[in-house]
Amino acid sequence: MSEAVPPLRIEATTTFVVSTALATRDFQDVHHDRDAAGARGSKDIFLNILTDTGLVQRFVSEWAGPEALIRSIKIRLGVPCYAGDTLTFAGRVVSRDGADVELAVSATGSLGEHLTGTVTLTVPGGAP
Amino acid sequence: MTTMEEAAAKIAAAGPCAPRLARDPVNQAMVNNWVEAIGDANPVYADPAVAAASVHKGLVAPPAMAQVWTMPGLHGVRADDDPMGAILAVLDEAGYSSIVATNSEQTYHRYLRPGERVAVTTELADVTGPKRTALGEGWFVTTVMRWTVDGEAVADMVFRVLKFRPAAVPEPPAPVLRPVISRDTEFFWAGLREGELRIQRWGDTLRHPPGPMPPGGSLEATPDYVVASGRGTVHSYVVHHHPPVPGKRLPFVVALVELEEGVRVMAELLDAAPDEVRVGLPVVAAFVRVDDELTLPAWRVAR
Repeated sequence: MSEAVPPLRIEATTTFVVSTALATRDFQDVHHDRDAAGARGSKDIFLNILTDTGLVQRFVSEWAGPEALIRSIKIRLGVPCYAGDTLTFAGRVVSRDGADVELAVSATGSLGEHLTGTVTLTVPGGAP
Repeated sequence: MTTMEEAAAKIAAAGPCAPRLARDPVNQAMVNNWVEAIGDANPVYADPAVAAASVHKGLVAPPAMAQVWTMPGLHGVRADDDPMGAILAVLDEAGYSSIVATNSEQTYHRYLRPGERVAVTTELADVTGPKRTALGEGWFVTTVMRWTVDGEAVADMVFRVLKFRPAAVPEPPAPVLRPVISRDTEFFWAGLREGELRIQRWGDTLRHPPGPMPPGGSLEATPDYVVASGRGTVHSYVVHHHPPVPGKRLPFVVALVELEEGVRVMAELLDAAPDEVRVGLPVVAAFVRVDDELTLPAWRVAR
């Protein structure tokens, strides 16, 4: 059983920021309108928090397998992830109790730590 | 208890708002859009055959979509009894105009299946502040949302936002004050661009600042100019402490310099500290380039 989750790199292009914002039905202008984001003091549009939760789910599922049951995703945001940045997700096993696993996860971009959090999941058969 | 805490306590005491139904039942089209955008290739969300053979025994929605189903949408307005709307209005009123999400803690009680229609309630849990943050002073607002299907809880979320007053953005360095350049003075500014300190001449008489006619008032005369050596001595000066001047760091020295040619020209003395400058100090002309159009005259101490 590996204790580290293989890293995942996400190219947060403008298209990625906009398409994920719309797919999560988040129409706040700071996630799709560069001019509006600038007027609000942001240097560009940035990733929304629903997408962060989704990316964490994808990240841990790719490691745990398609039948792992995600029980909780708890994240705390740090620096923003502006369009054009690259996020690197990292994670490690914090505890195991039979098939139940707790992971510590983080995502880091060029400005520093974008998010940290914990995920609990149940992995059929206790793998990986 | 502060006014803000009182307002928060009153809103929290009202409890959760009435359940608000999702616009659509859980559906494959929105799931497909979501997994496509997020890049989640797990087949239990999109491939009916694989999903049927999985632990789920059929297609399920990604648990991380819980909040998506009840997002208010492009033209959404909060319900009157939504405690989030109430507390944000109070904070807006107090000048905390900006908002950023800081925490999302989602717990999934079970996976959702296509066709199920969720409802959501929101309850105000906590309001803490004012806190100094990198973004500015603000309040942390924590709400608890609960998603249900026919009364059965399927997911919960503790959601925290920072409602803040944006920190003042430092003003960019102001541009310099630009001179008004007329036909009478254009030669002077053109000379500075070429590194020449040009002094207007009416026959044998030098005149500075340049004007439209000679000191005698003749309307027939036309001027030319001489290029000054640039050497001179401080005739008088001021140390400017206040008010601020665009493009200048305070204090700075402005010197009226008597040139070798006998006229006096006023400009900033660049390299003398306020306690170093004195009447009679020898100086030479300097040229401070601002941009392609403008070069300003200045002085340096003759060392």
